[in-house]
Amino acid sequence: MLPVRIIPCLDVRDGRVVKGVKFRGLTDQGDPAALARAYEEQGADEVVVLDVTATPERRGTRLDTVAAVRARLSVPLTVGGGIGGIEDAAALLEAGADKVAVNTAALRRPALLTDLAARFGSQCVVASIDALGSGGGGRGGDSGYEVVVRSGTERVARDAVAWAREAVERGAGEILLTSIDRDGTRSGYELVLLRAVRSVVHVPIVASGGADSPEHMADAVRAGADAVLAASIFHQGNWTVEGVKAALTGLGVSVRPGYSGVGETARTVEGAA
Amino acid sequence: MSGRARAVTVVRTSTANLASVLTGFERLGCTVRTTADPGEVAAADRLVLPGVGAFAAARRAIASHGLEDALRERIQRGHPTLGICLGMQLMAHGSEEAPGVAGLGVLDGVVGSYESGEEGWRVPQMGWNLVTPAEGCEIVPRGYAYFANSYRLTAAPGDWLPVWCEYAGRFLAAVERGPVVGCQFHPELSGDYGKALLTRWLEA
Repeated sequence: MLPVRIIPCLDVRDGRVVKGVKFRGLTDQGDPAALARAYEEQGADEVVVLDVTATPERRGTRLDTVAAVRARLSVPLTVGGGIGGIEDAAALLEAGADKVAVNTAALRRPALLTDLAARFGSQCVVASIDALGSGGGGRGGDSGYEVVVRSGTERVARDAVAWAREAVERGAGEILLTSIDRDGTRSGYELVLLRAVRSVVHVPIVASGGADSPEHMADAVRAGADAVLAASIFHQGNWTVEGVKAALTGLGVSVRPGYSGVGETARTVEGAA
Repeated sequence: MSGRARAVTVVRTSTANLASVLTGFERLGCTVRTTADPGEVAAADRLVLPGVGAFAAARRAIASHGLEDALRERIQRGHPTLGICLGMQLMAHGSEEAPGVAGLGVLDGVVGSYESGEEGWRVPQMGWNLVTPAEGCEIVPRGYAYFANSYRLTAAPGDWLPVWCEYAGRFLAAVERGPVVGCQFHPELSGDYGKALLTRWLEA
């Protein structure tokens, strides 16, 4: 397994980073490009920008934000929010995204994932799944988690685990798995959901929603996550990415060490001698 | 570094996103231009062949712009050239991703796929992996580089210096022969490690 990726998430509205609880009550957290750069310097392995209020009129603003982040960021950038079709995705990739995270549009037309993978490659295509529920299903393929869209406001009568499997079959190269019930609550990732999706897909899974500590992240990794996404704990300064990585190393989780320059002898990340 | 050495030409053959490559070199102070013209590809001081997407489509795009000879020739002559991800794969003889489609054939081997679903190995490989250059490599350093790939080369690369990596078995993370380099990973997305690599390439 690769070192676990630590991914700060920038929820962006009208060109500013915001954060809410369970997708509501958004408050201003700063400039996306400056924050992205600061997180890279702290050791972020990737940055996710989610346009939480993407609407057709605001797409120009979103492209400007992506270009501004790209200009300063030299680690991978995933962008999601309001991607309606292949042209939206192409514009975001052209502006500087490395991966696009599609949500509502893929549920409405699952073949979109296939089209995106054919044009850009599966490694560019992230299926973003917002799941509601706390498990406890079991009858007839019901996992106890259902998919919701439109920033968690609309139910679509679709099982989240079944949808994850279909999304991968159709071409998604990664799953960004968010628990709405955990989002912004700092109560830990939804581990039952992670295990359930892990058991049905072979692509990387990014755990999202609920992180408050490196212990939560280590739990998510043990439940099958390949990467952990967090917003609040980084924006509000409780943790730096560097601090999280040091703590995870102590918990036995392999993370990418910083690059200290030409000629370095790379450290082994798991229990370095 | 002279001003001349800082001019970089990037092959633009398709809709593949180039922003990361362009901004990566711009941050290093380079003037970057894109081209799909065979004459410019042949004459460029420093050429980057990027690649995202499918092998067959990218190969067709190279053919439709008539770039094969210019690419092959500058690679064989040792003119500074950097193939990134699919750009490296295109240098090989072909790929399991597109049976029957010939690559540029300047690098031994056929690109193969990872066995999907092997225990603990996700496909695509998505993330940072430790690359180890062979004795004599002068451009690709040892360190963690960012990968996003479902296919890779595994055979020893003939008269190229190999840079090895492990993911469900050993594979070629990069090859170098003088100032000609192919990287399966993305130096432009590999943070400070990538900047060190690109800086060495610009000075080679």
